[in-house]
Amino acid sequence: MKIIVAIKQVPERDAQVRIDAAGKWIEESGLQYTLNESDAYALEEALQLKEKHGGEVVVLTAGPERVGPTIREALAKGADRAIHIDCADLGARDALGVARLLAAAVKPEAPDLVLTGLQSDDLGQGQTGVILAELLGLPHSSLILHVEKTDTGMTVKRELEEGWFRTVELPTPAVLTIQSGGNKLRYATLMGIKRAKTKEVRTVTAAELAVDSAPVAVLERVALPQKQKSTQILPGNPKEAAAALVEKLKFEARVL
Amino acid sequence: MSGIWVVVEERDGRASRISWEAVAAGQKLAALTGLAVSAVVIGAQTEALATEVAAKALGKVVRVEHPLLAAYTADGFTLALQQFIEAEKPDYVLFPHTYQVRDYAPKLAARLGQVLIGDVTGFAEGPVFVRQLMQGRLNGSYRHSGNGPCFVSVQAGAFRADEAQVGEAAAITVFSPTIDPAQIRTKPSERFRGAAQTVDLGSAQMIVGVGRGIKDPANIPIAQELATALGAELGASRPICDNGWLPMERQIGSSGQTISPKLYLAVGISGAIQHLVGIKGSQCVVAINKDPDAPIFEVADYGIVGDLMEVVPALTEAVKAAKQ
Repeated sequence: MKIIVAIKQVPERDAQVRIDAAGKWIEESGLQYTLNESDAYALEEALQLKEKHGGEVVVLTAGPERVGPTIREALAKGADRAIHIDCADLGARDALGVARLLAAAVKPEAPDLVLTGLQSDDLGQGQTGVILAELLGLPHSSLILHVEKTDTGMTVKRELEEGWFRTVELPTPAVLTIQSGGNKLRYATLMGIKRAKTKEVRTVTAAELAVDSAPVAVLERVALPQKQKSTQILPGNPKEAAAALVEKLKFEARVL
Repeated sequence: MSGIWVVVEERDGRASRISWEAVAAGQKLAALTGLAVSAVVIGAQTEALATEVAAKALGKVVRVEHPLLAAYTADGFTLALQQFIEAEKPDYVLFPHTYQVRDYAPKLAARLGQVLIGDVTGFAEGPVFVRQLMQGRLNGSYRHSGNGPCFVSVQAGAFRADEAQVGEAAAITVFSPTIDPAQIRTKPSERFRGAAQTVDLGSAQMIVGVGRGIKDPANIPIAQELATALGAELGASRPICDNGWLPMERQIGSSGQTISPKLYLAVGISGAIQHLVGIKGSQCVVAINKDPDAPIFEVADYGIVGDLMEVVPALTEAVKAAKQ
């Protein structure tokens, strides 16, 4: 089974975000980046499928030069090779624009399965995998927690709201977007890190893929959210703050 | 162009609550743009649903109906709505932002050369549509450019279902799409529950929620001690359950339980959208977090900024003292 895993590098979860001078995105200098969480689960699912059924795992990512360490991390965990779409203007493209880039890189590989995380931790649109399936003309299912290979394709477990699930049968090739939590993530081993250095990373530029990049959904401005409530922050050392909070809960909010 | 169309989602034979929120959003967008607002219901048997929806102040209600739409599939719903949209040429198509909509609306939009502006929390003159970025730390304003319909989905709780205005009974018509069985490539099962739910957070009056800030499963007991002192249930955000630090049945949020306690104490929870939609019904929210910019503070009544490893044990002692 040949599996392509589309991954994204995103700012670290705890990163202090500042709005850039143009007010259109965040200030990227000085930010720490990491592998998007649900993409890590997509990679894990791919590696486990390969271990069970054999085949190849190819990681695919679009982004500027800084995505290098994230690619190496995926290779160190066990992916066989990588394709890097070198793209400095990822943020200026919308979900369709990014999916067009990925689709152009996936097509010549003719994989049996394409996996990606269900959404990115930065933009949180949750659309890339679904659009990618449409552009490739493949069936898809989203929010997947478990994948079982069958004679004709796959049976997958799909998460619904409020603790409900559904299984979906679909033929391969197909695209799945993976929900976090379905598997336990592995760490890269020292041997894996060493091996990753010799694995193939093929770089293709966004320009070479020649896809339409003009966005339909244009991000015009970013701003700090307005508070929905005025939060009373209780000052002092932990003991003072805790005592003040209990007073408030008892006599002001009357919930204790 | 034919104005604003709201796609209503069915739940157990009736319009789901978030669908009424989408109808309310559609009516507000109509007021903003001066366009008419109508609704679509979709399925194999939609008569009762259409009648229910037609009671709202809507121009028309269309039943997009076909036997192959009995069970939801992305292929079926995309084909049916694609044909409807090509015939009707709407200016806007509004959806409730549900797991089902997330599964097909991006595909439908892409097929028509469009992009869904998803999980929208509000809109303003322009119109510009606001959605959250960076796990709720920032808001982004999006504008639709070019020709063709603008696809938008609205976040659960962003608009009020009870603000969906009632009107004169809207005219109901039927639209019959052409679908070939071979075009539906996926086969869904009936929905089922996970492990039996033995923890009912939904009716708990006090809940302590644990998030990533707890850092290590060995630290869970300090939150448990606070919960015990309060007589509260222990809940968690998704990552804690994903890691197996607490069982899945204690998960609070869109994929877990929805809570409405008198007091919700969020410990080390940053406040991702998926968690916040699950705690909206809480009467009083307290947040303890080391990051003063964490989105949880936007919805909290009271907050303590600090190291939870110090604050939580101090709070446990203060609660015990107050109860004596």
